[in-house]
Amino acid sequence: MGRLDRRNAVEKRLTPYRVLTLSAMMALLLFAVGCLSLVIGTADISLKSLGALFSGSLTPEDPTRLILFRIRLPRIILAGFVGFALSLGGVVFQALLRNPLADPYILGVSSGSAFGAVMAIVLGLGFGVGVPVMSFAGALLTVWLLMQLGTRRMGMESNTILLMGVIINAFFTAIIMFFISTAADERLHSMLFWLYGDLSQGRYAHLSLIGPVLLAALAILYRFSGHLNLITAGEEVAAQLGVEVKQTKKICFLVVSLMIGVVVAFSGLIGFIGLMVPHLARMIFGSDHRLLIPMSSIGGAAFLIAADTLARTVISPSELPVGVITAFMGAPFFVFLLRRKGSRWSQS
Amino acid sequence: MEPILTLSDIGFGYGRNRVLAHIGFQVHAGEIIGILGPNGSGKSTLLKLMDGILLPHEGEILIRERPLSDFKRSDLAKEVAMVSQENHFRFAFSVMEVVLMGRFPHLGKTQFEGKEDIKAALEALEATHTDHLAGRSLDELSGGEKQRVLIARALAQEPNVILLDEPTSFLDLKYKREMFRLITSMGKSKGLSVVIVSHDIDLASQYCDRILLLNKGVIHKLGVPEEVITATDIETVYDCPVHVDRNPATGKPRVSII
Repeated sequence: MGRLDRRNAVEKRLTPYRVLTLSAMMALLLFAVGCLSLVIGTADISLKSLGALFSGSLTPEDPTRLILFRIRLPRIILAGFVGFALSLGGVVFQALLRNPLADPYILGVSSGSAFGAVMAIVLGLGFGVGVPVMSFAGALLTVWLLMQLGTRRMGMESNTILLMGVIINAFFTAIIMFFISTAADERLHSMLFWLYGDLSQGRYAHLSLIGPVLLAALAILYRFSGHLNLITAGEEVAAQLGVEVKQTKKICFLVVSLMIGVVVAFSGLIGFIGLMVPHLARMIFGSDHRLLIPMSSIGGAAFLIAADTLARTVISPSELPVGVITAFMGAPFFVFLLRRKGSRWSQS
Repeated sequence: MEPILTLSDIGFGYGRNRVLAHIGFQVHAGEIIGILGPNGSGKSTLLKLMDGILLPHEGEILIRERPLSDFKRSDLAKEVAMVSQENHFRFAFSVMEVVLMGRFPHLGKTQFEGKEDIKAALEALEATHTDHLAGRSLDELSGGEKQRVLIARALAQEPNVILLDEPTSFLDLKYKREMFRLITSMGKSKGLSVVIVSHDIDLASQYCDRILLLNKGVIHKLGVPEEVITATDIETVYDCPVHVDRNPATGKPRVSII
């Protein structure tokens, strides 16, 4: 029995081959969800016309081509990017704060980022550089506030950080509401969408900015995946096993803030993705971040594409903000997790 | 014998509260040192200083004549491993995964374990009699089993010194004995030095080469068990009347509370 257990454990251990295989399978799932989302919508587009599009037999002015390339595709890619970033951010926050309930939305990092973006619009800065930079600054400010207020006075208890996040979230949302209420009409819409999450503003120019940022963020954060495994056992334990904890935390917080800042600037506040997807991934693939990071991020991309497809079709021809769909699913999920694991997680 | 760890006139405090003062001793290769003392005497703090988790306010710690503060954390983890009392995993990891964490300082840039790492982990599991638990989740284990797995992780680190902070606190009599026997055999066969903080005076007396008795942050006495574990010293440090005689089976000092 002992030998069998030992052999199983050795065989089940994580290898680069296993990570690559499972990542490729998840990427295939993402591709399938993306294709499905491309043909589902208010305008009826058959698989046949999709085939015609790929074979090049549609003219450039064909409405199908315009709907697919100008409207649906950039939106789907944006949804994928945002889901990817929020899930990745959730996994990393949960490990760094050793709190399974942490995610960029609940911790207020998303709303801090949206606050930065709204400030950029109020100041008349453009979407090219000004809004993403201010959005990043807002995310960074929130992380800094969380660390300062959550650790100095009350100790590094993970529930304190979570409560602090809830308070920061409410505070920034109130500021955004203030600016919306006092803004001139033409600016109102561009601010309003941050509060509910909206992926319809996807443009290829934005995507070409977000894509490289996400790729760089993934590469950097993956480099720290082993470190994150050890940090979940406690910062002291991680240091004893050879992790430069302060440096790891600093780099990871900075990278996640940048990533969240950039996606929130173009998507607004979409909650609970960073909570739900990492949990589902952890239930299926285990807690090793060397696998959890790719599974959560690719899975998050697929999840948000599916949620956005639902958002734009469920009351067709009208649309729901995608944040409403994710909140419908995420809020009960949060309560479920809290009730199931609350007592254990309350130990610090 | 060449000292592996040298502590010279170490002083440390939390804020204004001075916890340790004038601590100086050496740990030699293959030696087992037991640190005894009442609650709050600075035992755990001393271990954290020896592992570089805390930095001394006064004095210096050397690892083979090189200042500990010069080591990168990953290099230090190859020299010194610690099993502390703080080990609360927030997420479910299997026993094998936890033991393989001990290989972290040895991993290359790919961060994946190779054959050598698996071999080291399996040896550590065998040495601590936890190999039958390899596939189980750490959450499912008893306190004693968990403690042995954490010691296996420290062994997988392949350090020269292991620091153990009350390693037998969750163990029953059988495993307490086995743990001390394991520690002793590691010291003798692999030249591994072990420093154990313990409240179990009799086991420390039986298995440790030297005993360091701490009292209010200073060394009360340091020497072989027969020199340190005397009725006068134990009564002074623990503020409790005791009777000390020799264990008829081992000949080592044995403490009974009066």
